[in-house]
Amino acid sequence: MSIAASSTTIDVRIPTILRPYTNGEKVVTAEANNLGELITALNAKYVGLGERLLENNELRRFINIYINDEDVRFMGSLAATLKAGDSVTILPAVAGGCK
Amino acid sequence: MTRYESLEASLGHTPLIGLPKLSPKSQPGKPAVRLWAKMEDRNPTGSIKDRTAMAMIDDAEKTGKLKPGATILEPTSGNTGISLAMVAKVRGYKLICVMPENTSIERTQILEMWGAKIIYSPAAGGSNEAVRVAKEIADQNPDWVFLYQYGNPANTLAHYQTTGPEVFEDLPTVTHFVAGLGTTGTLMGAGKFLREKNPNIAIIAAEPRYGEVVYGLRNLDAGFVPELYDASVITRRFSVGAEDSVRRVRELLEVEGIFAGISTGAILHAALGLAKECVDSGVGADIAFIVCDAGWKYLSTGIYGKESDPEVLDGQLWA
Repeated sequence: MSIAASSTTIDVRIPTILRPYTNGEKVVTAEANNLGELITALNAKYVGLGERLLENNELRRFINIYINDEDVRFMGSLAATLKAGDSVTILPAVAGGCK
Repeated sequence: MTRYESLEASLGHTPLIGLPKLSPKSQPGKPAVRLWAKMEDRNPTGSIKDRTAMAMIDDAEKTGKLKPGATILEPTSGNTGISLAMVAKVRGYKLICVMPENTSIERTQILEMWGAKIIYSPAAGGSNEAVRVAKEIADQNPDWVFLYQYGNPANTLAHYQTTGPEVFEDLPTVTHFVAGLGTTGTLMGAGKFLREKNPNIAIIAAEPRYGEVVYGLRNLDAGFVPELYDASVITRRFSVGAEDSVRRVRELLEVEGIFAGISTGAILHAALGLAKECVDSGVGADIAFIVCDAGWKYLSTGIYGKESDPEVLDGQLWA
């Protein structure tokens, strides 16, 4: 069975700084069952995006990715599973909050 | 003990208040899931940042870094600046705050009231820009004392020595501790203390998700992770947008009568999500969360009005 046949379509929110890779699109879709597959699928559609997110096959230090508002680093990172209806948000790490 | 020798001496020992109406009902025969609000607005200047500010100044005095009449420089989106301004006023220091231009008008008014000078940093990039600008100014003015809350261990230590022990003393059965993620000092300090007391405790971060302008970095390398941050202290981390934060802060007011600042709405949103998970899985929980400050400083945003739209917060640093 191919990945595409069994994969789920996921909405992915792209931050301004990475939109040059998605032709300006704020929300794109890709099919995947986990975050690693999702990034691979995104990179196939939007060449170069993958290496802005990953370094040595790990999330870059200043990139945060959330599945339904939860930080993937605490959900298994690239192994974090995705299911139908999940939404993924990519954001650069910024200072903020309660200061 | 409610008598204190001075305003500064009244720091901390804030009440932990139960939320009987907002706490969800457990399934029949299952243990209770209870929410508890740590009321940090009851500190001398009305926010949790009084703990950070006083600890950093005490430490700088002890180590000889801060001498009488000195000038303190700090990047802040408001509360730390307000706390530092009060202590600086009482102890005879000057304070210069670097603050993003897109913060609420009340913060400027309060800072100026206590005699602080403000240097504004550009809205785009939010606090990242304030930190960058402050670091530049610090380099150019080596005689100024740069306390730097994002990297100052006294910030974490304040919460390890006070916030954490206070929560544990009032709620030894605490199962979850939920706080905002900014400098990360509260979560790192209180979280570390609470985990030493209970290795199974969940330490939960609620991070405000702002409008796009705040993430408008020039490049990804301009991103920022506070030097104090240690991911191993945290169990789970949630990003909460303005809409959910505003909805929850209104709910806290309408259901429990507590008037809190907007960032508390983000923290409560995460706490309620956890509470629901506990109810669904039939386990009991005592979830303590931080009320960072009261709502007074955010009235000008209009978010407490029933008809207001959280989109007004789009370009602002609301936490």
